[in-house]
Amino acid sequence: MTSSKSTTLSRSLDRVFRGVLGLLAAVSGGMVLLIVSYLVTGAWPAIEAGRLAAFFTDERWQPGSARDPQFGVVSMLVGSLLVTLLAVGLATPVGVASAVFHRFYAPPVLERWNRRMLELLIGVPAVVFGFWGLMTVVPLIVRLAPETPGQSLLAGGIVLALMILPIVTLTTQAALQAVPRAQLLAAAGLGLGRARTIWAVALPAARGGIGAGVLLSLARAIGETMAVVLVCGNIPQIPDSLFDPIRPVTSTIALEMGYATASHKALLFCAGLVLVLFTAVFVGWHSFRRQMADTGTGGA
Amino acid sequence: MGNDFSMNSVFSFAVSRKYWVLLGGFSLSLASCSKREAGVETITLTGSSTVAPLVADAAKRYEESHPAVRIEVQSGGSSRGLADAGSGVADLGMVSRALTLEEAKTLKAHRIAADGVCVILHKDNPVAELNRQQLIDIYTKKAVNWSTVGGADAPIVVANKAEGRSTLEVFLHFLGLDNADVKADVVVGENLHVINSVVSNPNTVGYVSIGTAASEAKNGTPIKLVITEGITPSMETVADGTFPITRPLNVVEDAQTSAAAAAFLQFLTSPAIHDLVEKHYFVPVP
Repeated sequence: MTSSKSTTLSRSLDRVFRGVLGLLAAVSGGMVLLIVSYLVTGAWPAIEAGRLAAFFTDERWQPGSARDPQFGVVSMLVGSLLVTLLAVGLATPVGVASAVFHRFYAPPVLERWNRRMLELLIGVPAVVFGFWGLMTVVPLIVRLAPETPGQSLLAGGIVLALMILPIVTLTTQAALQAVPRAQLLAAAGLGLGRARTIWAVALPAARGGIGAGVLLSLARAIGETMAVVLVCGNIPQIPDSLFDPIRPVTSTIALEMGYATASHKALLFCAGLVLVLFTAVFVGWHSFRRQMADTGTGGA
Repeated sequence: MGNDFSMNSVFSFAVSRKYWVLLGGFSLSLASCSKREAGVETITLTGSSTVAPLVADAAKRYEESHPAVRIEVQSGGSSRGLADAGSGVADLGMVSRALTLEEAKTLKAHRIAADGVCVILHKDNPVAELNRQQLIDIYTKKAVNWSTVGGADAPIVVANKAEGRSTLEVFLHFLGLDNADVKADVVVGENLHVINSVVSNPNTVGYVSIGTAASEAKNGTPIKLVITEGITPSMETVADGTFPITRPLNVVEDAQTSAAAAAFLQFLTSPAIHDLVEKHYFVPVP
């Protein structure tokens, strides 16, 4: 009797717990929908006025010009994409190499301190990164290429790379940590050296985790605002070289939102919406590929 | 197998950050709640980031003598000041330019100070003077090397302000240019960002509020204020009206201003804040 009662109690407790967890999960998932619907509402006046076409056909972005207003957003999307890819391209090799070193070569003390430093790096405000980039990275670029403005795609890529480096490193480290010891021992048993074990066993096993880390940092980089606005130069153009200034979508929103009047504001909401959709495509593509990979290996 | 684990750690990392953000937002809203005491009247001002620091200082002084009044000052540009004052989101708006005829139909401007917009260069740039035509040539990329305006053989890096800034409007009005004519190398938002751009690349030319430029130059930032049309930018030349690029710093009200806001407005236009105006390197108006 008593035992069945306590079972019922624990069962109902379980149900409550499950309900609470489900609710919280729904909140964090629903938040995205809430934000997207907010963006759509804000962007609606521009969509309704049929400005969306001009978004992709206009060549320049000069919403404030009385004589020739233009609303081309393509150059800014390209800017966002390029600076993000550059940052991920710079941060991924460094982050993965650092994670491998700390997982397989470094003494535990060093590993622990490195992790603390990286966690600290995550907490550094974006505006500090941006200011540091403007006062340190930009003058270096000017010295390297004296004919250029300095604030550029390259400056943005370097600053963003530093900002996402801890994400790449920490997720890679966690993924490597999760590779079963037995697999590593088996590799050693087969007579593989450390380097070969890392290359042929640990890294392939951790591939999915590393990919997730790269994706997370990519999403972080494409949405970053405060740092890029300070170092990218903010000229809406498709750059010819790394030294040309670019203007990511987020910079435009940050620079103009507080100063925009009604119709201009709707356009900025539109730009934000396009960027979110852009990121959604990335995430969707990644999960599609993972699904394909999973079903591929799952059958074997 | 390893993938699941790492995905979890990625997720928990994201969640913990979200948690702190939520907590931060929560404590902020708590803080703003505690401000709403009984019998305290709140006056809100939004608008020009040039005017905001001055008004914030004046508000502090006003609150000391009026304990029943709380004044909130938010910057966000002149356009926002005009929009918020007109829509009632804010009691008063801060606008760092003259109103257009259209704007003056619904809003009334009160001048609390005057300011100038001056061209700045790096201290090491040998150029000391630029006239209006030279500035037009520079900002439309007809002049692309400092040697063509009496400087060293180096490229001119043009810094322009972002859309909506009143410094942009005042400067372009002086040059008689539309923003679409301007060919810039760098577009920035704040006065300090212009100054830092000049510091980080000595080939840069930019323009900022004389107030900001003068205080930064005085604090040792390596910039100089450029003589324009033969006139040295300074508080004196703005005050006597000889400096060619000037603007009024306004506080605007619509027809439904509360008594408390009107009283604060009275204070802002009185000589009681002239010392604060000068402290911010602006010019008091009689």
